[in-house]
Amino acid sequence: MASRQPSPPLTRAQESWLLAGAFLTLAGGVFRLPPWLGAAVVLLFSLRATLWWRRQPLPPRWLLGLLVLAVSAGVLLTFRQFFGRGPGTALLTLLLVLKLFELRRARDGVAAVFLSFFLLLVHFLEAQGMSMATLALTALLVLVAALASLADDGRKIADHLRLSALMLAQATPFMLVLFLLFPRVQGPLWGMPADAWSGLSGLSDSMSPGSISSLSLSGAIAFRARFEGDPPPHALLYWRGPVLRDFDGRTWRAGPEQAATGAAASAAGLDYSVTLEPHNRRWLYALDVPLAAPPDAHLSAEYQVLAKAPVRSRIRYEMRSAPSLALDTGADAASLQPYLDLPANNPRIRALAAQWRRESPDEGAVIARMLRHFRGEKFFYTLTPPLLGEDGVDQFLFETRRGFCEHYASAFVFAMRAAGIPARVVTGYQGGERNPVDGWLTVRQSDAHAWAEVWLAGKGWLRVDPTAAIAPERVEAGLASALPAGESLPFLARADLSWLRQLRFRWEAVGNAWNQWVLGYDSQRQRELLSRLGMREPDWRAMTALMTVLCAALLAGLAAWVLRRQASTDRVQLAWQRLGRKLARSGLERCPWEGPRDYSLRVAQARPDLAQDVRAIAALYIGLRYGKLVGKASLQQLEKRVADLKPALRR
Amino acid sequence: MSPAVAPRSSLDEAIHRAGRIVLGKERQIRLALACLLARGHLLIEDLPGMGKTLLAHVLARLLGLDYQRIQCTADMLPADIIGVSIYERETGAFRFHPGPVFAQLVLVDEINRATPKAQSALLEAMEERQVSCEGETRALPDPFFVMATQNPFHQVGTFPLPESQLDRFLMRIGMGYPDQAAERELLAGADRRDLVASLDPCLTASELLELQHDVQGVHVSPALIAYVQSIAEHTRRAPEYQTGLSPRAALALLRAARAWALIGQRDLVLPEDIQAVLPAVAGHRLQPAGSAGAEAPADIAAALIAAVPLP
Repeated sequence: MASRQPSPPLTRAQESWLLAGAFLTLAGGVFRLPPWLGAAVVLLFSLRATLWWRRQPLPPRWLLGLLVLAVSAGVLLTFRQFFGRGPGTALLTLLLVLKLFELRRARDGVAAVFLSFFLLLVHFLEAQGMSMATLALTALLVLVAALASLADDGRKIADHLRLSALMLAQATPFMLVLFLLFPRVQGPLWGMPADAWSGLSGLSDSMSPGSISSLSLSGAIAFRARFEGDPPPHALLYWRGPVLRDFDGRTWRAGPEQAATGAAASAAGLDYSVTLEPHNRRWLYALDVPLAAPPDAHLSAEYQVLAKAPVRSRIRYEMRSAPSLALDTGADAASLQPYLDLPANNPRIRALAAQWRRESPDEGAVIARMLRHFRGEKFFYTLTPPLLGEDGVDQFLFETRRGFCEHYASAFVFAMRAAGIPARVVTGYQGGERNPVDGWLTVRQSDAHAWAEVWLAGKGWLRVDPTAAIAPERVEAGLASALPAGESLPFLARADLSWLRQLRFRWEAVGNAWNQWVLGYDSQRQRELLSRLGMREPDWRAMTALMTVLCAALLAGLAAWVLRRQASTDRVQLAWQRLGRKLARSGLERCPWEGPRDYSLRVAQARPDLAQDVRAIAALYIGLRYGKLVGKASLQQLEKRVADLKPALRR
Repeated sequence: MSPAVAPRSSLDEAIHRAGRIVLGKERQIRLALACLLARGHLLIEDLPGMGKTLLAHVLARLLGLDYQRIQCTADMLPADIIGVSIYERETGAFRFHPGPVFAQLVLVDEINRATPKAQSALLEAMEERQVSCEGETRALPDPFFVMATQNPFHQVGTFPLPESQLDRFLMRIGMGYPDQAAERELLAGADRRDLVASLDPCLTASELLELQHDVQGVHVSPALIAYVQSIAEHTRRAPEYQTGLSPRAALALLRAARAWALIGQRDLVLPEDIQAVLPAVAGHRLQPAGSAGAEAPADIAAALIAAVPLP
C-alpha cells in the first residue's frame, strides 16, 4: 500500500480493546470447532494475551507465515476441503487469532475489528439463541469501542464505551426497520448449507431395545406447545410420532406410507399450537389423535402428521386433536393383516399368547392378562436394562424383566399379534412440563416414549400403554418420578433442584419468546404484521419502498436531533450573527474574522445612535461566549436586545 | 474583586510613564510587558539607534528589576555569560563569580554576533531558568526576563539564530521609526538617559510575580480555543507557509493573549487579544513559502488573521 502517511502504531489501551473484542468474538464459536482446532485457538489466544501482559514484542512475520500454513493444513486435514461452512468458520477463526499477532498499527487494528464483525455474523449460521445474541451484542459493543479508541486514543474507557453504546443505540431504529420490513424469503432466518443437519437428535423411524432410553438422557427440547385453554391432564398427553408396523425380531420399523383413507372430522377437538425444533425428519408431533394436518403437511393412514420435507428449521403449526376417537372401526382383514405379521423367533411368548387366546376368546381379556402379567411378575422400569440376545422378547419377559418403555411396548405388541390381535407400536413423546412463566408446555427428548395400539372389532384402534402397568407414575407425573432413585437422568430433569428449575423455566420462557418473535419472524409473520398495519397484500416492492422511506425519516430525525443539540449551544452565536445581519443592512457588515469588541467599537464609531445598545449587546455576547457568563437569563436578554435593535437605514 | 487590582492599575501607570520616554511606541511597550508577564522572552529586531536599549532600561527601572547588559561579540565564550569559578588563594577554594545572566532583566545586545556556542548557552539558560556550571545547578532569579536584540540584516560575521532557537523567544517585535510628532518631541526634549535616571519604579518584583501568576487565571473559553486551533490548522494546511504552527506555538499564542488581556484589564481572552499578539508571537515561527521571504511579520500575520474566520 502506497499510503503517504503510515498509520500510527497502536497504543497499549487500543491493543487491550482489540484483544477484548476478539476474545468475545472467539468465545462465541470456539466450542463448536473440532476439539484440536478449538484447543489451538485457545492456546494461541492465551499466548497473545501473555505477550500483551508482559509487554513482549510480537513474533516476526516469517513465523506467522509458517503458522498460517500450519493451521491451513490442519483445517484441510480435519475437513478434507476448504469449502463449506465448517472449514470456512474454522479457518476464519484461526486467521483472526493469528491476525492478533500482527497488531502493530492502527490499520491492523481496523482489519482485526472488521474480521471480528464478520466472524460474529458467521456464528449466527450455527446458533441463533438468546445467549448467542447477547454475546454478539456485547462483542459488538466492545468492537465499536475499539474502533472509537483507534480513532481517538487519549480518552477514558468509559468514554469509549459510552460512544460505542450511543452509536449502537442510534443504529437500533434502523436495525428494527430493516428487521421488520426487509422482504423475507420463505424459509428460516439463516439459510444454512447442507452440512448443517448432522447434530440434530430426535426419534427415528425405527425402534430397537435401547433406542429410546438413550434419547431419554437428553434434556434438549423437542417441541413446545400451547393450548387454547388448560392443557389436558398429564396422563392424556400422548404426542404421536412414528407408527411402527414391521418387526424383524429385534427392530421395529415403519410400514410403507399410505394416505389417509377418510379423515375423521370431529367438531369436538382440542386446539393448540406447536413450535417444533428441527429434527431433520418429516413427521410433525401432534397430540393423539390428530384430526387434520396443518398446511404443507398431510395425515397418513396411521394418523401420523407428515410434512412435505424434513423439518430443518424451527417451525410453528396449529393443530386440532381429539383425545378420544375411535379409529378405523371398519377396517377390513386385508388391511389389518400386516399388523399380525411376526418373525419366527420368541417361541415362549408365542405359546403363552396362543394359550391365553384359547382360554378366553374375548380380546379384552387377553389384553388384560398380558398387562396383569407385567404387573404380577417382578418387572422393573429402568433406563439401564441388560442387553438382550436372539429371542429378545422372550428373554425380557421371562428372564431379565428389566426394561424401558420400548421393551414393554415391543413385548406387548408381539404378544398381541401372537394372540391374533392386530397391534402396532407408536412412538412419540409422553407428557411435557408446563412452564409457569409463560404457560407453554415444554416437551423434551427425555419425554420420548413408546406405547402400543391394538385393533378391536367395533372399537377400532385403541391405545394401550403397557408402561403404565409397570410404572404408572411415568404416565401420571413424568419420567423422573418413575425411575428408581440413583438412576442417571439429565441433570435438569431432576425434580429436587427447585431453584434451578425455576431459573430454567425463566430462561426457557425468554428463549421461547425469542424463538417466537425474533427467529420465528418469517415471511408469514411479516405479512401478518404489515396487514395489521394496514398494508393489504404487501409485495417486496411495497416493503422496500416503505423501508426506504422509514430509513430516510429516521436519518432525518437523527440529523435534526444532532443539529438541534448543536443549535441550542449556539443560540448565543445565532443571536450574534443576527446582529451582524441587521447591521449589515445599514452598511456595517462584520468581517468574518472581526472580534466582538473591535466590531462594537467600529459600529459605535460609525453610528453613535446605536453605540449604547451595541456595546451592551457586545458585552453580553463576550460574557457568554468568551467569559464565564452562563444562564438562560443572559441569553434571553441578549436575544431580546438583538431583536429590539432597529438600525434605521443609513441616511 | 481580585486582589491584583492594585498591581494591575500600576501596570497602566507603568505603560503611561514608559510612553513618555520611549515616544510613540506604546504598542511595543505593551507587547514587551505582555511578554514579561507571560514569562516569555523577547527578541527585538531592528536597526541600531531605534530605542531598543532604551526600552529595556525603562522597563527595568519601572518594574524595579535589577538589570544587566551583555554585548555579544564573535569571541565571546559561554563563561562570559553564565559566569566562572575562580581559585581564591585566601580560602584555597574555587568561588563562583556569576555572569551577567544572573539578573532579573538581561539585555542581550546583538545576539546574532555571538557564536552558536555562546548563543546556545544563553538560550539554554533562558529555557531552563537555571544554569549548570561545573556540575552545579544554579537557579536564575525570578522574575527572569531576557530581551535580546538583533540586527535584521545578516552581515558578515553574524550567526543568525536557527528556527529552533527562535522558538525560545515568546515574541519577536520590531521597533520601527518613530512617527513625525514623536520624533519632533524626541529631538526637542531632554536627554533620554537623564529621564530614565529620574524614573521611579511603579511595581515591585513581588507584585510582578503576582501578576505573572494572575495571567494563568485569565479565562479562556472553548470558543477561543477553537479559534486558536483554527488558526494553527490554517497555517498547517495553507500553501503559503513552509511549516505550520507547532502546538507549542499555539500554547505560546494563548499565553501571550492572556497576558495581553490582563494588561487590557480584562479577565477573559478575546479574539482581539489573539489578533493583537499574533504578529509578535507567530511572525518568527512562520516561514512564508516561496522566494518572497522578505515579507514583514505584520503582513504575514494580517493575512493570517484575515484568512481565518472566527468560529
